[in-house]
Amino acid sequence: MEPRRAPRTVIDPKVRQVGFFAPGAPPERAVSGPPAPIASSSSSSPPVSDLSPSLSPVMIPPPRHSSADNALLPSSSSSRPVPASPLRQDSLTPASGRRYSKPSEFFPAMSLTASSSYAGRMVGNAEFSDDLRGNMVTVVPAASSFPSGGFDLTAVKASSVPASGLTTVSVVKMMPPVYDPETIVEKVGGSVEVQNDRPESSKPLKEKTSKAERRALQEAQRAAKAAAKAEGSKVPASSGAVMGANAKPTKATKSHSQKNDSATVAGSEKRGGDRLSEKDRKKDAPHPRMQYDDKIRVEKAKRRAVVKQTEARNRVELFRHLPQYEHGTQLPDLESKFFQLDPVHPAVYKVGLQYLSGSISGGNARCIAMLEAFREAIKDYSTPSEKTLSRDLTAKINSYVSFLIECRPLSISMGNAIRFLKSRIAKVPLTLSESEAKALLQSDIEHFINEKIILADNVIVNHAVTKIKDGDVLLTYGSSSAVEMILLHAHELGKQFRVVVVDSRPKLEGKLLLRRLVGKGLSCTYTNINAISYIMREVTQVFLGASSVLSNGTVYSRVGTACVAMVAHEFRVPVLVCCEAYKFHERVLLDSICSNELGDPDVISEVPGRDDINYLDGLTNSENLQLLNLIYDATPSDYVSMIVTDYGMVPPTSVPVIVREYRREHVWV
Amino acid sequence: MPDVQALVNDFLNKLKKRKIEGSRATARQTAEMLRLVISQQRSPYTNQAGTLIDAVRAVGEQLIAANPLELAVGNIVRRILHIIREEDLSLTTAAIAGLGLSAGSDDEDDTDQDIHPVLSGASLAAAARSTLRPPSLQTLLEDVPDSAAIPHTSSSGCDSEGKSKSADRSSRTWKLKHDVIEAVNELIQDIATCHEQIAEQAVEHIHQNEVILTLGSSRTVLEFLCAAKEKQRSFRVFVAEGAPRYQGHLLAKELVTRGLQTTLITDSAVFAMISRVNMVIVGAHAVMANGGVIAPVGLNMVALAAQRHAVPFVVLAGSHKLCPLYPHNPAVLLNELRSPSELLDFGEFSDCLDFGSGTSSLLHVVNPTFDYVPPKLVSLFITDTGGHNPSYMYRLIADYYSADDLVVQQRPTGN
Repeated sequence: MEPRRAPRTVIDPKVRQVGFFAPGAPPERAVSGPPAPIASSSSSSPPVSDLSPSLSPVMIPPPRHSSADNALLPSSSSSRPVPASPLRQDSLTPASGRRYSKPSEFFPAMSLTASSSYAGRMVGNAEFSDDLRGNMVTVVPAASSFPSGGFDLTAVKASSVPASGLTTVSVVKMMPPVYDPETIVEKVGGSVEVQNDRPESSKPLKEKTSKAERRALQEAQRAAKAAAKAEGSKVPASSGAVMGANAKPTKATKSHSQKNDSATVAGSEKRGGDRLSEKDRKKDAPHPRMQYDDKIRVEKAKRRAVVKQTEARNRVELFRHLPQYEHGTQLPDLESKFFQLDPVHPAVYKVGLQYLSGSISGGNARCIAMLEAFREAIKDYSTPSEKTLSRDLTAKINSYVSFLIECRPLSISMGNAIRFLKSRIAKVPLTLSESEAKALLQSDIEHFINEKIILADNVIVNHAVTKIKDGDVLLTYGSSSAVEMILLHAHELGKQFRVVVVDSRPKLEGKLLLRRLVGKGLSCTYTNINAISYIMREVTQVFLGASSVLSNGTVYSRVGTACVAMVAHEFRVPVLVCCEAYKFHERVLLDSICSNELGDPDVISEVPGRDDINYLDGLTNSENLQLLNLIYDATPSDYVSMIVTDYGMVPPTSVPVIVREYRREHVWV
Repeated sequence: MPDVQALVNDFLNKLKKRKIEGSRATARQTAEMLRLVISQQRSPYTNQAGTLIDAVRAVGEQLIAANPLELAVGNIVRRILHIIREEDLSLTTAAIAGLGLSAGSDDEDDTDQDIHPVLSGASLAAAARSTLRPPSLQTLLEDVPDSAAIPHTSSSGCDSEGKSKSADRSSRTWKLKHDVIEAVNELIQDIATCHEQIAEQAVEHIHQNEVILTLGSSRTVLEFLCAAKEKQRSFRVFVAEGAPRYQGHLLAKELVTRGLQTTLITDSAVFAMISRVNMVIVGAHAVMANGGVIAPVGLNMVALAAQRHAVPFVVLAGSHKLCPLYPHNPAVLLNELRSPSELLDFGEFSDCLDFGSGTSSLLHVVNPTFDYVPPKLVSLFITDTGGHNPSYMYRLIADYYSADDLVVQQRPTGN
């Protein structure tokens, strides 16, 4: 609950900041900008004016105290020594920086990925990103040059440009303790892993040796950033390189990760609760997806989009929150752009176009194609001289992902894979050379494809085949790669059974499956989904594929799956859902409306091969007619008898357990 | 007579080749055909009703056999048989009443018949349905054995023969045929206008901003929705296209041209959308006596989804769709498999399909026409006589059919 709400609250209340400043900080505010970070970061809690209550464990991240609270309320946090006033900021030693970094030491699990993605998300929302940047710059000068007015953001920004070398990514996470730019840089640059091996009370000298290099790096970065800023392009170093072509790349980064529903870990590291469990929970929860009925954000997202999608005209009222575009219009344009210099790696570009044209479809195929493309991109990647691999590569992957989203919304399985990749990137030890790191990441990707997809399918096949007996009549819907493998394997084992392939418009994927099965010599019956009640009486088992299995047991799959499962349930026929565990997700879903994907509406009005069905020919532009092409639906868990996964055969109620165990395995091992 | 037979054969061919689409068209043409048969029937002086019944039954048997799945044919045949019986009964009672008055006969039969008002055939139908009605209060009070009425009414053909001798023969024979043809005309009229009567009830069932889902196309549903629209109700309609015939496209087109907010969805999206739907309104192919519905394929799925989300499932059916039979395994026995060409393009998979060569083929294509929706899934029937529960259908059916005609075929034609 909390983490889902957090980003949104952080986003909107520009207004609240104002309200806060007025009562809370009159004297100190005049001196510097530090209040600004408080306002922005704590804007989720309106009663911030009362600072000490706001220090409740839930609300206030220790790093924030360190900067703002200390400045404002010297006695607020008893546990740490408090600098008397912001004036002392510049005199703070690295030791104070270290003290501020304590909270992150409490939470070693706080990974850079998480923070960066979170940062990206925050930066992405329009109003806030401006504030944020404003705050950031105001803060930094506060330390170094003490500009008197903290609120004339643009002015301050201009003046403070040279001092702000932080990338947006790091800023969001570490923004509050901005006393000493050096310290910050150290903390940020050192990133979380490094913090762990630094004992809390260690002497500055020991760290300084390693810190020095990092600091040099950061300085270079900062210089680059400052230059970029000075040009007024507002390009954070990370995304600036990637999205150079776009007018507002900052927003790009942010809305990338925003749209990318499952790719990022919802972290409120910035606010990092005092309790590990709480923080974990927040980090685990998915953050809200882009809602396309939010006009402002959609406008913003559009401005920086690579794929210029045009909105479909006549949209269904219920689905305003989902993106729906004219199909087939932008493909030639994009193809022509293929050889132009583009921020997107050619391999990724190619995959994106394949998604767009629909030549790659199916959860596993899409996921594998994406990972292969990323592997190519990583192979060709070289870290810009002034950046760190982990952060720059994460930003690059973010931009790729956002490009892919523009081509077609990500499936949940792809989101999981991206999350995996990012956590891997974040965990690349800094000691590795670039080529080693790249090799490591490439092998990680291959490992993921092999283990989580290909091997998982084999395991599923072996499990499911045990359920097929001679004389069975197995029904399947649409075309699922896992189910197809099961059927073929059972046939190879010599089992005698018949397959009923149920199909539906508009994709008619069942026909392709039918062709392949018949080609292998299986005895098949083909029918339309409307005839499901007729055919179900002779069926003994139903095998279904899934795009994702959600943690309340809901099976999110090709539209129509729910109908098949429902009828099977009515006829007391067992329903087996075959799904690799990497497609499991901790999100919950009750209906098929809130989260779905809309396909090309025009394929609904035309029936290929049936020229007599042309009633709607002249009407597709009519205001009264809407065509709805849903791609997915949600099957309630009570229709599902069993889920066959690579961890075995489990009831739908066990999904949350698998989700938990599975993530522990791949994120922390 | 020969020209009638030619027309009957023609009609039979059409039925066999499934050239007539829709139960309403079938019902109307059947009624017209039977009207022709009745008018062409040379009437003997004795047992005229019996002769008519035999003729209608003979033709009706052929018609039903031509397309046993088009239950509307059988319904109309039974309705017309019922009409003949009723008209005959009313004439007989009128004649007897006349006799009783003129001759002053204190015959037991006469007093019994006099109790019934001699107004119309329709009201006299009550007598024909005596098996379903309790004996009238007066017969009970007077302790007259009610059974006296039954042989008279149920075998009116034979019984009236004796009575009719005393009546004016020429006027009676003329009158019976005339009355029957009048009543059949009324029936045809009813069939033609039943959807209007159903549509009149639309405003009582559709409220403002309602979201309605339907599947496939039905004239009755179209009229129903349009009637509500004309009454200034604004609501939106989800139309599932109803593969493989895609009649939903046709319905969507009609609705759009009449200014209704229409959304066309695929059949597979029914479950996804049903949770946002307030009411499912569909047409039917036939309504069985137990309240079950023979409906276009896919509707059982819709009904199950509606039940899952507690969405009312409303079936619109004209009275010609009420079938007095109780179904046994209707999803299979009252179903028809259509050509695979609707699912697979010509030539596609031609190597695997069985062309009747006898060798077992790998691929079968199943393309049924109808679904059976059990009565428990139906919330309400709306017929031209109003709304009814599924459990009430058997009673409604008793109003339209005579118990003697339930089995048309197996009865020997000689009565």
